[in-house]
Amino acid sequence: MSLLHFAVLLPFLYTIFVPLFFKKLPRIHTGWFVIVIPLLLFVYFLTNFPVQTDSPPIVHSVPWIASAGIHFSLHLDGLALLFALIITGIGTLVVLYSIYYMSMKREALHNFYVYLLLFMGAMLGIVLSDNLMVMYVFWEATSVSSFLLIAYWYQRKKSRYGAQKAMLITVFGGFAMLLGALMIGTAAGTFSIREIIGMRETLADHALFLPAMLLILLGAFTKSAQFPFHIWLPDAMEAPTPISAFLHSATMVKAGVYLVARFTPVFGGDMNWFWIIAIVGTLTLFWGAFMAIRQTDLKALLAYSTISQLGLIMSLLGIGSLALNPDFAAEADWFEAAILAAIFHLFNHSIFKGCLFMVVGILDHETGTRDIRKLGGLMSLMPVSFTLTVIGGLSMAGLPPFSGFLSKEMFFAGVLAANTHTEQWTLWLPIAAWVASIFTFAYCLILVFKTFTGTYHPDRLDKKPHEAPIGMLIPPIVLALIVVSAFFFPNLLSYNLFEPAIHSVLPGLRLPGETFYVKIKAWHGLNTELYMTIGIVVVGTLLYRTYKKWGDVYNLLPHKYTLGSLYDNGLAGAEKLSARITSTYMNGFLHSYLSYIFVFIILLVGGSFVLLDAFGYDLSTNAEIGLYEYILAGAIAVLAGFVISVTSRLTAIIAVGAVGYLVSLLFVIFRAPDLALTQLVVETITTALFLLAFYFLPKLKTEVTRIRVKISNLLISVGIGALFTLIGIAAQGSNQFKPVSEYFQNAYELSGAKNMVNAILVDFRAFDTMLESVVLFTAGIGVYTLIKLRKSRKGGQQ
Amino acid sequence: MEILMTIVAGTLFTSGVYLILSKTLLRIIMGLSLFTHGVHIMLMSINGLKRGAAPLLEEQAASYTDPVPQALILTSIVISFSLTAFSLVLAYRTYKEHGTDDVERLRGQDHE
Repeated sequence: MSLLHFAVLLPFLYTIFVPLFFKKLPRIHTGWFVIVIPLLLFVYFLTNFPVQTDSPPIVHSVPWIASAGIHFSLHLDGLALLFALIITGIGTLVVLYSIYYMSMKREALHNFYVYLLLFMGAMLGIVLSDNLMVMYVFWEATSVSSFLLIAYWYQRKKSRYGAQKAMLITVFGGFAMLLGALMIGTAAGTFSIREIIGMRETLADHALFLPAMLLILLGAFTKSAQFPFHIWLPDAMEAPTPISAFLHSATMVKAGVYLVARFTPVFGGDMNWFWIIAIVGTLTLFWGAFMAIRQTDLKALLAYSTISQLGLIMSLLGIGSLALNPDFAAEADWFEAAILAAIFHLFNHSIFKGCLFMVVGILDHETGTRDIRKLGGLMSLMPVSFTLTVIGGLSMAGLPPFSGFLSKEMFFAGVLAANTHTEQWTLWLPIAAWVASIFTFAYCLILVFKTFTGTYHPDRLDKKPHEAPIGMLIPPIVLALIVVSAFFFPNLLSYNLFEPAIHSVLPGLRLPGETFYVKIKAWHGLNTELYMTIGIVVVGTLLYRTYKKWGDVYNLLPHKYTLGSLYDNGLAGAEKLSARITSTYMNGFLHSYLSYIFVFIILLVGGSFVLLDAFGYDLSTNAEIGLYEYILAGAIAVLAGFVISVTSRLTAIIAVGAVGYLVSLLFVIFRAPDLALTQLVVETITTALFLLAFYFLPKLKTEVTRIRVKISNLLISVGIGALFTLIGIAAQGSNQFKPVSEYFQNAYELSGAKNMVNAILVDFRAFDTMLESVVLFTAGIGVYTLIKLRKSRKGGQQ
Repeated sequence: MEILMTIVAGTLFTSGVYLILSKTLLRIIMGLSLFTHGVHIMLMSINGLKRGAAPLLEEQAASYTDPVPQALILTSIVISFSLTAFSLVLAYRTYKEHGTDDVERLRGQDHE
């Protein structure tokens, strides 16, 4: 165990204390106790800052399931550190914010903070794990904690719906990722990401390379809400706003981005990887931005914008992966810049989107609504919130002087580079990027202006709006300050944070000692990127102004065919189908269930019997058969067949009893006096019991059974009989082990008993016999209860 | 003789299973009873029959029949007895409560 392990486990361990704080110290908001954890971890990760590119990353390993190659190994490199700082940094601000957002009196805060800490630990686990299997465990843990947090207000139907949707989609993806991880693990012979990266050249020719890649991408796309899996994210907005800010914009949804970045060294350079990620990313970018405009709920707008921005980061990672393709070695610098843009935008997006979510939470908190149609004219009432929205919104729109401008320009540079340098048909990339950015610009304007300018309608609001308490404003203010300072001093973090992160994504591209060229500038001169931005501003404003005229475009696609309703109908259909399938075989008939069991036995046991060619017999050791034994055997067989056909109760019972007595005679022949005696006694009592039951139970009727059922019953019973006979015969020939019975011949010396069977029962295996008596006793109680006790008419017991 | 006994056990299994698959409670219980007999005979014959004297040390025999299957079957006889007794009473009570001994008509109504 190292300090790094402890850092991952700390949030998990701390969850034990959270309910205690909540119960024992109800006067202090539980959040104040929780905030210590992210703050401590943030400081801890800062001490690892900056990571040196040249020095090997910190790796610690604890064996877990060593035989399966699963070790709880953690590593801290540039990429992991960037994520860890975002997780703990935004985490600290979110907890601070939640202290003011979540009411101490009304809310189940212990649940909230336990889930939050679970998530934080799991998310740190994802980015720090070096072992794929461990990473998968943490990956699913984030899905589960996300589920719990979305359903935090579980009384609401929408919350439960959203939670289920998110769970189904992300866990589906997680499962795909597990399969992918198993495949790549099999191909490489190890689950350690570092070792897999180390052998990437040999992996590319492996048969499992492509399936593993596709499955891992499926995991990444579902988690990062990429088209068409994005539909869960808008519904996840039912979570409390601090959660939306933390999980569903800054951290959890970036796990997919992380996964893609982490696997770029393995898969990057493969053209499939580039095409899939670039296309899906761009499509998501466009679709998210396009759909964001029509949203009337501010959080839904932000959700779609998050989808869109995640698509942007994805597509950049796709383009950047080309740097590892040997065909483009000469242009590697260009693609490397795309990775830098991805990392920088990921950082920026976490900051400005966190800020925006917090402001929307403030609006919700202070006005009682997030509906754009009800809001308006709040600028003078909530000046600080307005300023924050402007900063966050314009950063998202990609305008100076905010950090989003820088990464947006770098994004354009990336797509333009992909177009110029790949010599493939990629002109659509810059075009799609540009169009999507226009929509982005338009919804940013909606976010800022529809909310804060225009006419103020106090009558539409539940509360009288006023500025939020200072504690709620501090976190978004801190984020907004970062947004602005990242524009003016973008290179503060270049070499100590971004450059090591790029190095993790594109290892081995640079020789040791050589560094990536990371220089983020605001002014590049009048180049294409700048013209693109100017175009976006002009067209975006135009779109915003004329929204009423073209807004009908959204109704072109009938609701039936939207992805959301496809999901709903699919789910309902699947439920119906499975219910129907289940009810065909779970029909409530004892007969059917027993038939399944018997048929299964025949197929499984008989099948393996045949497949293993286990049949064989050995007549040589067989004992001789006397005439008397033939008669006995024949009588038993005849009686057994007779019981089936007989319709008189009495005859049937007597026949069954006769079989029992004949069996006890057989025991005499088998040299088993104890068995014969016991069987005689038991058979007598059983027959008496049967006769008693005969007195109470109705007459046996000739059963009206369809001939088909009769035949199947006959087939099953003959099958079972024949199968067991064959197994019995085969088993006689095989003595795999020396019998233990010789030991019991010393019964007299060991236990003073001369009857070996009795010695076994009461001495050697006395515990078995005791438990057997318990069974008898229990059956006795059961019999007594069934006969004596019954519900009185009033419902009590007599 | 082992083969013969195994075949006898097989017929007991066959009629046992056939009865278990029928609708009447009494038949099902009788089927269980027959099935148990089959199992006992099977266990005995797998072990090999008539090999030495009964497992009583007074016999002073050179070899004895294996006592382990006998102990096993003895336990089984008692357990199956309690099972039969319980099932019979259960059948009796079911008939009293529901007025039928047909398992097809004893289906739960609230299944989905």
